[in-house]
Amino acid sequence: MDLNTIWFLLIGILIMGYAVLDGFDLGVGVLYLFTKDETAKRVYLNSIGPVWDGNEVWLLTGGGALFAAFPIVYATVFSGFYIPFMLLLAALIFRAVSFEFRGKVSSPGWKKLWDYLFGIGSLLPSILFGVAIGNIISGLPIDISGNYVGTFLDLLNPYSILVGLVSLSFFAMHGSIYLMMKSEGSVKEKVLPYVNRLWMAFVLLYALTSFFTFFEAPFQFNGLLNNPLFWVLFVLLLVSIALIPVFVKANKFFKAIIFSSLTIISIIGLTALSLFPRLVPSNIDLDFSLTIYNASSSKTSMMAMLYIALIGMPIVIAYTIFVYRVFKGKVVITKESY
Amino acid sequence: MDAVLLSRIQFAMTIGFHFLFPPVSIGLAWLLVIIESFGFKRKEEVYVRLGKFFGKILALTFSVGVATGIVMEFQFGTNWAEYSKFVGDIFGAPLAAEGVFAFFLESTFLGLYLFGRDKVSNGVHLFSIWMVAIGATISAFWIIVAGSWMQTPAGYIIKNGRAELTNFWDAVFNPSTVIRFLHTIDAALIAGAFMVAGVSAYLILKNKETELAKRSMKIAVYFGLIVSLLELFPFGHESGREVAKYQPAKFAAIQGLYTSQTGAPLAVFAVPVMPPPELKAKIEIPGLLSWLAFGNFNAKVQGINDFPPNDLPPLFITFVSYHNMVVLGMLFILLMMIATYQLKKNKLWDRKILLKMFVWAIPLPVIACELGWIAAEVGRQPWIVYNVMRTSDAVSKNVPAGDVLFSIILFALIYLLIGSLYIYLLVKEIKHGPEPAAIKEVLS
Ligand code: HDD
Ligand code: HEM
Ligand code: HEM
Repeated sequence: MDLNTIWFLLIGILIMGYAVLDGFDLGVGVLYLFTKDETAKRVYLNSIGPVWDGNEVWLLTGGGALFAAFPIVYATVFSGFYIPFMLLLAALIFRAVSFEFRGKVSSPGWKKLWDYLFGIGSLLPSILFGVAIGNIISGLPIDISGNYVGTFLDLLNPYSILVGLVSLSFFAMHGSIYLMMKSEGSVKEKVLPYVNRLWMAFVLLYALTSFFTFFEAPFQFNGLLNNPLFWVLFVLLLVSIALIPVFVKANKFFKAIIFSSLTIISIIGLTALSLFPRLVPSNIDLDFSLTIYNASSSKTSMMAMLYIALIGMPIVIAYTIFVYRVFKGKVVITKESY
Repeated sequence: MDAVLLSRIQFAMTIGFHFLFPPVSIGLAWLLVIIESFGFKRKEEVYVRLGKFFGKILALTFSVGVATGIVMEFQFGTNWAEYSKFVGDIFGAPLAAEGVFAFFLESTFLGLYLFGRDKVSNGVHLFSIWMVAIGATISAFWIIVAGSWMQTPAGYIIKNGRAELTNFWDAVFNPSTVIRFLHTIDAALIAGAFMVAGVSAYLILKNKETELAKRSMKIAVYFGLIVSLLELFPFGHESGREVAKYQPAKFAAIQGLYTSQTGAPLAVFAVPVMPPPELKAKIEIPGLLSWLAFGNFNAKVQGINDFPPNDLPPLFITFVSYHNMVVLGMLFILLMMIATYQLKKNKLWDRKILLKMFVWAIPLPVIACELGWIAAEVGRQPWIVYNVMRTSDAVSKNVPAGDVLFSIILFALIYLLIGSLYIYLLVKEIKHGPEPAAIKEVLS
C-alpha cells in the first residue's frame, strides 16, 4: 500500500470518527428543537456537555489532515463550497457558544433565543454533512486545471439534498439512542418513540438514495460489485441496521449505539470504496477528477504526517475512552451543570 | 473592492477576533494550575472555590475561543485557495498536528476539569487542568509554527510550481518559531495574570470574599511581575533582533527608520505622518537601535528608503501598533512592580487607586497581543510567504468578491453579537463573585 492510499484511509477514519462521535451530539441538538420541557432540555445539554468539543475536534483534525495530505482537495472543495461553508461555520459558532451562554441569564426570552440557535446550529451541520457527501458522490464541476467552476446553486441539487436528509435522519437516530442511554424517567419515555420512527425514516431515505445513486453517479459502481471488500461492508451494514431495533427493544442501548456506529462506519466505508482512488470526481470529464495521486502532498510530507498520526492518535483514543468512562451513566443535574 | 483586499479584511477581522480569546484561555489555564496545585497540597477549601470561580471564566472564554477558532481552520481553503495549493505540502502538517496533539487534549480534559470535580480523585482532577494548560500551549506552538513559517520560511524547495517539504524539523524550527512562541506564550501568561489580578482587585474593592481574593491577587502579582519582566527581556528584545536579522524591511517599518544609518537611534516616541513618510515630534536615543538590533552601537541598520516601494509594508500601521505594544509592555512592568512593592509592605489592600487601575487593566494585555500580531503580520506584507509568494497571488480565484463581502458582513454581525455578549456575561460572572462556601466549612 502506498502513502497516498494510507492517507486516503486515514482521512476516511477521521470522517468516520467525526460521524460516530459528533454524530450523536449533533443528533441530540436536533432533537432538542422538539422538546419543550426545561428539565429535558437540561438533560439533553448536559448529556453532551463534557464531550461535544472533543467530538468536534475530529472535524477540525480531518480538515487539517486533508490540508496536509491532499491540499488541492482542501483548496478546491472549500473555496468551491464557499457560501454553504460560511453558513456551516456560522452555525457551528452559535452552537459552540450556546452551551455556555444559555444558562447564564435566567430570562425566558434569552433561553429561547439560545435554544433556537443551539437547535439550528445542530440541524444545519447535520444536513450539510450529507449535502457535501452527496455532491462528492455525484461529482463536482471540476475543469481540466482542477478548479471548481460551478455556482452555489449547483450544490443544492435534489440528489445531494436527499443525502442531506439521510445524514440528518441518521444523526437524529444516533442521538436519540445516546439519549436513551443517558436519561431516565419521563425524559427517557419521551425519547423512546423517536428512536423507532427515526430508524424507519433513515432506512427508507437510505434505500431511496442508494437507488438514485445508480442514475446520478453510475460510474461509482464500476467494478465495485466484484470487490470482496464491498460485500463485507455491505453485509456489515445490513446486519448493523437490523440489529439496532433489536437492541433498542431489549433495552440494551449501549449495544444499540455500537451498531448505529457500525452503520455509519460501513456507509462511509462503502462510499470511500466506490470513490477510490478518486477524492472528488469531476462531472465535466471523469479524467479531470482530483485523485489521491494528482491532489496529494509530497512523499516527505505524507511520511512526516504519518508519524504524527501514529504517535498522536493512540494517545488521543486512550484518554478519550478514559473521559467517556468517567462520565458514563445517567445525567445528574448539579450546580455545575449547564 | 477586489477579492484580495476583501479577503485580507476578512482574515484580519476573523483572526483578530479569535485572538482576543486564546491569550486569556492560555494564561488563565496556567494560573488555575497554580491555584489548583495549592489546593491539592494545602487541602484548603478557599482554593477549591477559587478554582471553581476562575474555572467559570475560563470556560466562558474558552468556548468563544473554540467557536471562533473553527472558522480559522477552514479559511485558508475558502479564501486563500491558491495559497493553500502552493504551500499545502508544508503548511497543512502543523495544522493537523495541532488537532492531534493539542485540540483533543485541551477540549477533552476541559470537560473533565469542569464537570468531573466530584467524579474523579483530587489528583486526577489536578491532572486535568494541567492537561488543559499543556494542550492550549501545544496548540499555540503548532499554530505559531505555521505562522512563523510564513514569516521566515525554511526546510523547503520550490518544485512543480509549489513549495515542497525537504526537512520537517527545519520547517518546524524555522528561524522565528522559538522566539515567537516564547514571546506569545509569555504574552498569554501576562493576560492571565492581569485577568486574575483585575478580578481579585475588583472583589477586594467591593469588599466581597476578600480573604479569597487576597490569595489570588498575591499569586497573580508575583507571577505577573516575573512574566512582564521576561516579556521585555529576553523575549521582546530577542524578537526585535530576529526581525532585524531576517526581515530588515519590516524592522525598518516598525522602528520608523527611513534612511539607512550607522549608529541608528531608537525612536521612543514619534508621530508618523504621510506622505512623504516621516516621523514628527520624535524623541530619540542615539545609537540605541543599532545596539539593540546588532549588539553594537555603530552597526548599520537599513532604512525604509533602501527597499523598492512595492516590497514595503504599510508604514503607519506597523509603526503605531509596534510602539503601542512596547508602551503597554512597560506599563505592565510598572504596575506589577508597584503592586509587588505594596504587597511586600502589606499595604496593597488599602491602595484603592492602584486596585482600580488593575481592574481597568484587564483588557490591556489582550490589546498588546493584538498590536503585536498586527505589527508582525502587516509588517510581513506585501508577502504572504516572506520573499516567496505575494499576498495578491494567494487569494481564491473562483470565489467572487461579492461572496467574500457577504461573509465579511455575516461574521461582522455575528462577532459583534458574540463579542458584546461575552463582555456582558464576563462582567456578570465577575460581579456575581465566587459561590458561597460549602456548609461544612461554615460549620468547622
Ligand atoms: C497563540 C495562540 C493561538 C493562535 C495564534 C491561534 N489560536 Fe486558535 N486557539 C488557541 C490558540 C491560538 C487555543 C488556546 O488553543 C484555543 C482553545 C480555546 C481558546 O480560547 O483558544 C484555540 C481554539 C482554536 C480552535 C478550536 C479548537 C477546539 O475546538 O477545541 C481552532 C480550530 C483554532 N483555534 C484554529 C486556529 C487557526 C487556524 C489559527 C491561525 C490562523 C489560530 N487558531 C490562531
Ligand atoms: C493570532 C494572532 C494573529 C493575528 C492577530 C493576525 C493578524 C493578521 C492580520 C491583521 C492580517 C492582515 C494583514 C494584511 O492583509 O495586511 C493577517 C493576515 C494573514 N495571517 Fe495572520 N494573524 C495571526 C495569526 C496567524 C497565524 C498563526 C497564521 C498562520 C497559521 C496566520 C496566517 C495569516 C494569513 C494566511 C493571512 C492572509 C494573507 C495576508 O494578508 O498576508 N495568521 N493576519
Ligand atoms: C516590552 C517590550 C516588547 C518588545 C521589545 C516587543 C517586541 C516585539 C517584536 C519585535 C515583535 C515582532 C516580531 C515579528 O514581527 O516577527 C513582537 C510581536 C508580538 N508581541 Fe511584542 N514586544 C514587547 C512587549 C509585548 C507585550 C507586553 C505583549 C503582550 C502582552 C506582546 C505581544 C506580542 C505578540 C502577541 C506579538 C506577535 C507574535 C510575534 O511575532 O512574536 N509584546 N513583539
